[in-house]
Amino acid sequence: MENAISVSGLRKSFGSTVALDGLDLSVATGEVHGFLGPNGSGKSTTIRVLLGLLRADGGTVRLLDGDPWRDAASLHRRLAYVPGDVNLWPNLSGGEVIDLLGRLRGGLDQRRRNELIERFDLDPKKKGRTYSKGNRQKVAIVAALASNVELLLLDEPTSGLDPLMEATFQYAIQEEREQGRTVLLSSHILAEVEALCDRVSIIRNGRTVETGTLADLRHLTRTSISAELAGHPNGLSKLENVHDLRIEGNRVQFDVETHSLDEALRSLTSIGVRSLTSQPPTLEELFLRHYTEHAKAGSTS
Amino acid sequence: MTRTLERPAAAHEVSGRGNHLAGTWQLVRLALRRDRVVLPIWVVVLGVMASAGAGAYETLYPTQAEREALTATMGANPSLTLLYGPAFDLGTAGGFAAWRYGAILSLFIALACIFTVTRHTRQEEDTGRQELLSSAVVGRYAALTAAVLVAAFGAVLTGGLMAASLIGVGLPATGSLAFGASMALAGLVFTGVAAITAQVAEYSRTANGIASAVLGVTFLIRAVGDAAVDASWLSWLSPIGWATQVRAFADERWWVLGLLAFAAVLLAAVGYRLLPMRDVGMSLIPAQPGPPHAAAGLRTPFALAWRMQRGVLLGWGIGFAVFGALFGSLAAGVGDLLGDSAQTQQIMARLGGSQSMVDAFLASMGGIMAMIASLYVVQATLRLRAEETAVRVEPLLATRVSRFRLAASHLVFPLLGSALLLAVAGFAVGLLHGLRVEDLGGQLPAVFGAAMAQLPAVWLVAGVAVALFGLLPKLSTAAWAVAALFLLISMFGPVANLSQTVLNLSPFQHIPKLPSAEFTATPLLWLTGLAVVLVGAGLAGFRRRDIG
Ligand SMILES: Nc1ncnc2c1ncn2[C@@H]1O[C@H](COP(=O)(O)OP(=O)(O)O)[C@@H](O)[C@H]1O
Ligand SMILES: [Mg+2]
Repeated sequence: MENAISVSGLRKSFGSTVALDGLDLSVATGEVHGFLGPNGSGKSTTIRVLLGLLRADGGTVRLLDGDPWRDAASLHRRLAYVPGDVNLWPNLSGGEVIDLLGRLRGGLDQRRRNELIERFDLDPKKKGRTYSKGNRQKVAIVAALASNVELLLLDEPTSGLDPLMEATFQYAIQEEREQGRTVLLSSHILAEVEALCDRVSIIRNGRTVETGTLADLRHLTRTSISAELAGHPNGLSKLENVHDLRIEGNRVQFDVETHSLDEALRSLTSIGVRSLTSQPPTLEELFLRHYTEHAKAGSTS
Repeated sequence: MTRTLERPAAAHEVSGRGNHLAGTWQLVRLALRRDRVVLPIWVVVLGVMASAGAGAYETLYPTQAEREALTATMGANPSLTLLYGPAFDLGTAGGFAAWRYGAILSLFIALACIFTVTRHTRQEEDTGRQELLSSAVVGRYAALTAAVLVAAFGAVLTGGLMAASLIGVGLPATGSLAFGASMALAGLVFTGVAAITAQVAEYSRTANGIASAVLGVTFLIRAVGDAAVDASWLSWLSPIGWATQVRAFADERWWVLGLLAFAAVLLAAVGYRLLPMRDVGMSLIPAQPGPPHAAAGLRTPFALAWRMQRGVLLGWGIGFAVFGALFGSLAAGVGDLLGDSAQTQQIMARLGGSQSMVDAFLASMGGIMAMIASLYVVQATLRLRAEETAVRVEPLLATRVSRFRLAASHLVFPLLGSALLLAVAGFAVGLLHGLRVEDLGGQLPAVFGAAMAQLPAVWLVAGVAVALFGLLPKLSTAAWAVAALFLLISMFGPVANLSQTVLNLSPFQHIPKLPSAEFTATPLLWLTGLAVVLVGAGLAGFRRRDIG
């Protein structure tokens, strides 16, 4: 089995809202896969289709070599899920919820359970409402990580955790990776994705816009260049992959995609460079670009 | 805030209070928008019920002789006053309507007010919406005030419609106004009760449960006080008793309205006093910590459903046992006073039975118990939908639990829990009635059987609720409307002289009126079959549809 998850051309609408519009996603067995996208881009919907909670309108979905809709109950023995919005049962303590979910999944590693409760500093005696959002998430995280499963589907699992617990979570996911488990991690926290993920997929408006290793994606980032030249900067605008070009006399400022950096610098030096500052590429910039383009698309429509 | 601008002289004080109430008006509008379907329905249905009964009075009892017979037989009958309250004047249409509908309508209007207040206070906190609102510019008392205002608005509107429609069918204005006012005030009293329980309880379900239990106890106190001559003072301890003691259409006692108004204000004031003693989302009674590990038995969806549903079932079970015992111990009294004249038999037949008075009374009790059980059935079924919308079904379905198993673990409660409730009620009535008439061996099985024969009608209501849940989940709450419709048709339809076609809509009309009538299995089989089809369709729908 090569891929734990293969999704292609997935479509799903809710009434007139198109949530997924031909989404592709493939997660190799044993990898930690980051799943990114702005709010409302369809991450949760995808995960809920993968769980057989929603029925796809079109496209193909394979999960652990099964059909998530038809074989839901049998596939679920082999996976654990942390929902984005964790709601606990009002009259059950956190410890009871962890045990119950573990048993319903088909087994719980008691040692790991107790160890995780300790590491996440969770009080298992509290009940439903008395937990804060972060603590409710911890209950779901512990329940999922203490189960003996092959695949973890995590939907923004750390959105309510403090930085210390975030670190604890990252450490726990590293352990899962060492155990050979596959993880699909939907997240908003870049540092988390950079620290944990082998590959990432970025989606927007229900469609996959980028997918690849972090190194691949770094290649897609842009470097900001600001330079003072010896003469008037002619010919720069003809270059491909240069964005947001601004020229003021002999001063020039632009963003260039990393794979065209060499070419851009060469055309600068041909004019003569007096001074130059560059800002290194960051993934953050890449994500923000996708996010803001989404916002622009949203505001114009 | 606007008041500050209008009355600058009192700016300091007013803005002090204004801060606590800031946003009330917006919340009232939001609540009215959310209730735009429910509120008009209960206002209109409850508002016109009494006038429909009053209108039919002329047709049902056209002659003076019949009216005198009605007064002589029913007026002083303890078993009937147990249910309907004391009859002050059955010689007029108004007096009859006030007797026949007063206690029951005050019960319904009180329930409507309780649910309205809880929905816009505690339930908002349950869902976390309140936190969102509170972080905006919303005063501390705004949510409670808005909820109380909306419930009061509904109650006053209902009372007004009652009065207007009674006047409309030609009854005296004085009595009509007294009746409408007493019903509206009964609603206001329980608006106050709900304002308190919303502070005391931790969850909306508990808040509604405690307030409904208070209502049940006040109804029970009134019932005992009205039925037992030597304990009639008991009726004066119950707000539902006061509402009947206003004596609409029978030499009105206006001052009793003051008693109701005073109680309403007092109770609401207690709610306002309690509110600042707790945090948003928390209750006055702090939650107790639970065990750090789950018990060995907590390993199936049913074990979880049991944890969620057992409290409600226990509460209903106690209610059914108490009411059953009470009715059972008083059933034999029906015959004492009514005699067995042809005329009274005909009157009794219209109340739901035939032949012997006592048997007819028992039969109508069986029907009423079943109608009430159908409300439990809707509540227990919709719990599944509530779990789904609270996103607590998804994590379960993400385990190896199948959709069918999950649904089935909850549906045990409406399907078998309702059987248990009818069995408890049937046993209690049969036991006490059997002991009183010294025929336990004969009465207990007969009465028990009569109660259990109602089960198919109750299951049909469950079927409707399950079908809605599975096929039209967004409209699940319509199950309440369907159950209420069946209940109103069967409880008031015969008195309001509704046509047989309308009466036939209610499944309760098709149950043989045991123990007096002949037992016929055919309608029971039909109802059961229909219920099975509906439950099956609902389950099939649930297996195919999206969750959420
Ligand atoms: N049950 C639903 N009914 C209607 N619309 C929905 C439902 N669930 C999701 N959507 C819509 O689908 C889109 C994708 O939502 P979601 O998958 O939750 O996004 P994300 O998890 O990436 O924030 C959003 O526009 C959302 O409003
Ligand atoms: Mg989401």
